[in-house]
Amino acid sequence: MRVGMKLVLVAAVVAAAGVMIGFYVSNLTTLAGSPAYSVPVQNAGSAHPIVDLEFQTVAAVGPKLSRNPDWVSYLVHTSSGAWKRETVWNLPANATVHVTWLNFDGASGLRNPFLARYQGIEGDRVMVNGKPVNHIDPNDASHTFAVPALGIIVAAPGVADDAKNQCGYAPCPLSNAHTTLKFTFHTPAKGGHFRWQCFVPCAAGWINGFGGPMQTIGYMDGFLNVKA
Amino acid sequence: MATDPHAASGPSGESTNDGMRVVVAWLVLSAIATPLVAIYVGPLIPPGNASVQGQGQVFDNQVMTALITPILCLLAVFFAYGLVRFHAKRSEGMLDGPPLRNDSRVQLLWIVITTAMVLFLAGFGTYELLKDGSGGGQGPNPIAFPANHQHAFQVQVIGQQWQFTYRYPSLGGLESNQLVLPANTTVELHVTSLDVVHSFWAVELGVKADANPGVDNVAYVQTRKPTTFHVRCAELCGLWHGYMFNNGRVVDQTQFSSWAAQAKKLYASIEPYMNKPESQGGAPYSHSYLPAPQRRAG
Repeated sequence: MRVGMKLVLVAAVVAAAGVMIGFYVSNLTTLAGSPAYSVPVQNAGSAHPIVDLEFQTVAAVGPKLSRNPDWVSYLVHTSSGAWKRETVWNLPANATVHVTWLNFDGASGLRNPFLARYQGIEGDRVMVNGKPVNHIDPNDASHTFAVPALGIIVAAPGVADDAKNQCGYAPCPLSNAHTTLKFTFHTPAKGGHFRWQCFVPCAAGWINGFGGPMQTIGYMDGFLNVKA
Repeated sequence: MATDPHAASGPSGESTNDGMRVVVAWLVLSAIATPLVAIYVGPLIPPGNASVQGQGQVFDNQVMTALITPILCLLAVFFAYGLVRFHAKRSEGMLDGPPLRNDSRVQLLWIVITTAMVLFLAGFGTYELLKDGSGGGQGPNPIAFPANHQHAFQVQVIGQQWQFTYRYPSLGGLESNQLVLPANTTVELHVTSLDVVHSFWAVELGVKADANPGVDNVAYVQTRKPTTFHVRCAELCGLWHGYMFNNGRVVDQTQFSSWAAQAKKLYASIEPYMNKPESQGGAPYSHSYLPAPQRRAG
């Protein structure tokens, strides 16, 4: 083979690899995109803001909200009343955040039972379906809302496997089977950028349950942008 | 290397002894720089003196910086001398330099010195590693032990995507997301993972050990005074690898007992699950774990 031909071949391979990497990065960027949602403050301007944050967790996000309809996901209830797949949340510093979490997914179980103990929240207790508890059975865990840098760990029990009227695609209405969690946490006074994540290996169809939606911002992970 | 003794003339042709000048300058510079670097620069290189193993690594860094300083000095002197002495003047035309000839004495000297240095470093490094484990993971069957390791305080480090937690088997399997260690204690760390490969790095303590699922990787560290240290994951382990860090504390024995009592109280409600057999959904203390449960995982 002539040298010129070899050079052309090498250039073609390099160009093809570059195009493929470009597509990969472009696709990854699109998937990872999660615009920040500013959670409305009840008493704006106060030194101790109060915030209501409501989100739901769903087994399948559906085709309307994602190009990956079967991915498990968090959805935030926005001030317009719509449920959106946005997992980067802007919160004020030194705020009291009242959380309502609606979980429409079944149990997967925790790898580490340690995470079944509620921590880093007011009173280290959560109202689960109206009852105050400080932990759940690790095997009943469906998802966690955990902010490691703030020491917050809250695990949600899953919907029973045989529950009636289970949710298909999100957003799920309250008429679907779900568990309700209510708890309160406080944002730090200094502010900062804190990641949160689910610790349950809940990504069905991925190796060890921790691929896809667990490794892509906008599904089972996000940030709390605490602004001072 | 320009070693022709008859070619020791400068660009203008005058007879000089460039080699001797370089050697003298190198020796003078090395004699000044080596102790300064060993005394003042070596100790600045992490991890610091928070543990006996960290101290050992600081000493190793001092030895290696002391060894490398004369080499750097030689390069610097040779480079600077060459720039000043052998650069072409603008008035000169393009001239060929003196011929380069082989000199077996220089070659022999080069081989002997570099071989001696490499062999010394290999022996020194092996001795330092075997002395007390040097804070590194040694696998399930360690061969290098610090003093008093038979009575070491055991802590299991559990990595998972993306957080480290710590179990204390001598405290009834107490688990915490804070690494708290008693001061002046030999600690036996059992590092493992629940999912993928992580690497436990307690920076200021000079401890680094891979966390592999199904593997019990043992590392030793001897704490000294109360202090704080950083814990990081040192193995790319997925999306939030960069956020897999927290702080640890070395506290005195009284504070440690107080912390342990508080932690036991806080986590009392989940203790039954920690001690329940794995077949019943518990996670009792074990030297290693495999990714489970995977009810929904593919």
